[in-house]
Amino acid sequence: MSDIDREIRRRTRRSFLIGGAAALAGAGGWQWLRTRPQEDEVPWPVRRVLRANEKIARAYFSDGHLAATFDPAKAGMPRRNGMEGLGDDFDAAQWKLSLVTPGREQSLTLDDIQALPRVEMTTELRCIEGWSQVVHWAGARLRDFAAKHRVKTDYVGLETPDSGYYVGLDRDSALHPQTLLCYEMQGAPLTPAHGAPLRLVTPVKYGIKSIKRIGAIKFQDSRPADYWAEQGYDYYAGL
Amino acid sequence: MSTPIGQMYRLEKKHPLAIRWFHWINFPLLGLMIWSGLLIYWANDVYRLGIGGLTLFHFFPGWFYNLFTLDGRLAEGMAWHFLFMWLFVLNGIAYVTYTLISGEWRYLVPNRRSFREAIQVTLYDLHLSKSAPPPRKFNGAQQIAYTAIVLMGAGSLVTGLAIYKPTQLAWLVWLLGGYPMARIWHFCLTIGYAMFFVVHIAQVIRAGWNNFRSMVTGFEVIAVVEASVVPAEEPVVIPAAEPIVAPAEEASDE
Repeated sequence: MSDIDREIRRRTRRSFLIGGAAALAGAGGWQWLRTRPQEDEVPWPVRRVLRANEKIARAYFSDGHLAATFDPAKAGMPRRNGMEGLGDDFDAAQWKLSLVTPGREQSLTLDDIQALPRVEMTTELRCIEGWSQVVHWAGARLRDFAAKHRVKTDYVGLETPDSGYYVGLDRDSALHPQTLLCYEMQGAPLTPAHGAPLRLVTPVKYGIKSIKRIGAIKFQDSRPADYWAEQGYDYYAGL
Repeated sequence: MSTPIGQMYRLEKKHPLAIRWFHWINFPLLGLMIWSGLLIYWANDVYRLGIGGLTLFHFFPGWFYNLFTLDGRLAEGMAWHFLFMWLFVLNGIAYVTYTLISGEWRYLVPNRRSFREAIQVTLYDLHLSKSAPPPRKFNGAQQIAYTAIVLMGAGSLVTGLAIYKPTQLAWLVWLLGGYPMARIWHFCLTIGYAMFFVVHIAQVIRAGWNNFRSMVTGFEVIAVVEASVVPAEEPVVIPAAEPIVAPAEEASDE
């Protein structure tokens, strides 16, 4: 056997041993990661990365970063997705909006919302599933609503009247100028399937946060519960 | 397998240690990104190849999802995708930075000859031509392929960012032709990786063990052409050149 043979064999053995050890370490790390105790259906180290991603996104977030708006002629009705919290035993005529602020709870009507400056916008509704649809919306800014009730908390929680569906928004997203308490879609009052009489719509979040049929709005400093975040999705879900 | 007797060999350094690490780290990372990307894509798997109402191929058929258990795992897919994206991007940046600083980019970036050479290499590989690729570190086809794959990585990062934060980065979405279009680009790049992978593996198998081993050890065994076998070149005597005096007007044209 020549010196060259010996040399390349030595190098091959060495490199493959190192490579094999690295591959084992990688596989071990992957196995470790996958099997960590879960926090809301996600292994805790992965949940921590999602939180870190959220911190970066929130640092970059700005009221000046607006979603693109479209020609209303390009808008259409989105598909009906997500029936959580939209049970049949609901009477829109009897509906009242419950507003919960620190130390206070009050009941509001649709007129109270419609008394706020009306905003129309044509933006893209983006579903977390991957599809998107340009829709023409009309409603009042949540920031105007918050300003009127002189409330500013770290978070806003919204839920359906039966509490079957609930979402949490960080303050900046809630107060973004394109976050609306929406009462019209495509130039007509909301249909029951799309959340009549009042829904949220915001292009700074995936559609899962645009809750339909709002029963209560809670301004609070702790993170409100969030239906999909409890099932393994990112809490922030910001776009 | 030892080298045949009667022939001299030497070890030649081929791939730097850093590049070997970046390459082999990228392999599982890209794999995880594609896997988690498929978990996400499943939730809205609308792409197809077809004309009008005729679908030639749907991305993806049911058996494909079943084979790799890709269905109903959107939340999980997003969580992994938004974790491994960091490692994938960092490894990519480290690789590009290293090639730039070390000068390795000179072997990798295509030049004017690369495209013609790439055609020759392709014809040779398909047994349509007998002129072998030049014995350089990377031939023209390789230069184009290895540079394209890096640009594709950058494309995945840019289109991925557009899909990830389409409102914060609305200008980027606009540049890419809108949100649905950005998603299509992102998907096409992934299909591109899959195609690259197939060709890459086929070429590595063709090139053989010595070549593959060099991507692990860094060294290749090269046959030495012995000096005594090669006829010595006649020393060429260059006669002293006549001083050339160029007319002033010609010189000014240069």
